[in-house]
Amino acid sequence: MRARVYVTLKPSVFDPQGRVVADALVTLGYGDVKDVRQGKFFEVELDGADPATANLSAEAQRAKAETRVTEMADKLLANPVIESYRVEVLE
Amino acid sequence: MKFSVVVFPGSNSDYDAFYAASRVVGEDAALVWHKDTDLQGADVVILPGGFAHGDYLRTGAIARFSPIMGAVKAFADRGGPVLGICNGFQVLLEAGLLPGAMVRNDRVKFVSQLVPVRVEQTDTPFTAACASKQVLRLPIAHGEGNYYAPPEVLAEIEARRQVVFRYSSPSGEVSDAYNPNGSLNSIAGICNRERNVVGLMPHPERASEAQLGSADGRLVLASAVKWAAEGMLRHA
Repeated sequence: MRARVYVTLKPSVFDPQGRVVADALVTLGYGDVKDVRQGKFFEVELDGADPATANLSAEAQRAKAETRVTEMADKLLANPVIESYRVEVLE
Repeated sequence: MKFSVVVFPGSNSDYDAFYAASRVVGEDAALVWHKDTDLQGADVVILPGGFAHGDYLRTGAIARFSPIMGAVKAFADRGGPVLGICNGFQVLLEAGLLPGAMVRNDRVKFVSQLVPVRVEQTDTPFTAACASKQVLRLPIAHGEGNYYAPPEVLAEIEARRQVVFRYSSPSGEVSDAYNPNGSLNSIAGICNRERNVVGLMPHPERASEAQLGSADGRLVLASAVKWAAEGMLRHA
């Protein structure tokens, strides 16, 4: 099972890199660019053969994966003081 | 007394801190590898500057998993003085030993310069030898020194007098014009509630002798010696 985690700075936190990228896009002629927020993207591969989840239904496995990856995002992949995250579980 | 300087893979100010503690301040000092779990009888712990673990993920994010950090946390919990310099400050933030976080400098540039830094609080182990509102000339060298804390946390650390250093003008005036990285409230360094853990972005150890451009940083480590001499060490 695979999961994707998208991490971005919270809206209340100024993103200097995103600002520079937005300015560069405008310089390139994309005058309609109003703002860019730069973030991080993680692909997490989980071992489907985990005996703890092998007997669960596909739906329950998915829910369990989502809980675990959310926990990972909260504990390590994102710094919750400044960043927010979104978790997507794929088959 | 003994200063233990933690060496992470990627630390680059570890020997500077060791030198400042042992040769300039003249106390015992040890370098402690991050995989060790023993602080070698430290009276003071220094987390030095550099790029621990290559700053992978976020600055300081991986260093908090180094085995030595368990001992550092236990030492801090007992009231032992811990100083995080630059990357060491970032490690303390990621480890939750200090509140807030660092984001990229507001002008997105790595800043390397000698800046005036105003001492806001003198009742910490690393400012006890300074005068209140004394302006120190200290070097900064960082790309992510833009201190951020959510509004309620910022209000709390201000109310509890946890802001220990602020960027200022040479005469001690604090304003955006003298803020090199966009830090909220011009914060250059803070302490925890108990005041024994201090983190700052400037490098006192790199400004501890006149031939380095400034000797003001010596006061930061000398403060710990004064603190100990006054019987303020409580961790033993």
